[in-house]
Amino acid sequence: MRVTVLIRPKQGILDPQGEAVQGSLRKLGFAVGGARVGRLVDLELDATTSEQARSEVERMCHELLANPLIESFEVEVTDA
Amino acid sequence: MSIAPRIAVLVFPGSNDDRDAAWALGALGADAHLVWHAEDALPRDTAAVVLPGGFSYGDYLRCGAIARFAPVLDAVRELAAAGGPVLGICNGFQILCEAGLLPGVLRRNRDLDFVCRDVGVRVDRTDTLFTARCEPGQELTIPVKHGEGSWYAGDDLYEELEAAGQLVLRYAEDCNGSVGDVAGVCNEERNVFGLMPHPEHAVDPLLGSGDGALLLAALVDAARERTLALA
Repeated sequence: MRVTVLIRPKQGILDPQGEAVQGSLRKLGFAVGGARVGRLVDLELDATTSEQARSEVERMCHELLANPLIESFEVEVTDA
Repeated sequence: MSIAPRIAVLVFPGSNDDRDAAWALGALGADAHLVWHAEDALPRDTAAVVLPGGFSYGDYLRCGAIARFAPVLDAVRELAAAGGPVLGICNGFQILCEAGLLPGVLRRNRDLDFVCRDVGVRVDRTDTLFTARCEPGQELTIPVKHGEGSWYAGDDLYEELEAAGQLVLRYAEDCNGSVGDVAGVCNEERNVFGLMPHPEHAVDPLLGSGDGALLLAALVDAARERTLALA
């Protein structure tokens, strides 16, 4: 099963990287009102149901992939 | 003649201040040993541990996130749980936060710059074994060199830490966007301490400042006391 995890800086948490990207895009002439930069992790794992895959990957996020103090995550099971 | 207490300085793939830390501790009277991350035990009679600066595991995922799984970290947790002093400098601070041994997290510097200069840091708490040689409010000059040293804790956690006296060091002026200008924090039991500035680079006036020696010598004092107590 393939699972994609999207990790983002939490709402309200300063994202200087996103601000720098926004500034650069504006310099290029793009009217960008905001940019936030996160991380994407593609995983392949053995799971019988997508619910099982999802709950396992959520545990991975809590234990390693994201830091809950500053990051939120979203789990997408892309290939059931 | 006082004894030279044994202090383990951990070495991860990507550590780069390990030898400086060991040298400084040695100059201050400790018997410093470099310990490879894959070891599953600390040398016999280790009384304290230092996690040095650098870029362990290439800062993959997040700074310090991978190093907390190093085999030697179990032994460090054990020593910390038994009250042994543990000091994390820069990347070592990041590792201790990721490992849950210290509160908060280190983020990318607010202005995205890599700050590399001497900074003033104020000692707000002298009731830790690491700051026992300092005066309350004393300002130390110690260099920083980091891109991800902006310490963060949410409002509730921050107030909790402030009330518990765990916010030990603060930058005298804004350095990297840290919440409350915090430069160093300790755990609730006050035997684990992490800071972004590098005391091991400030142990001799010839290097620009000798103020870092106040912190490291206090660690050596505590390690010596522990060695004598356990003997």
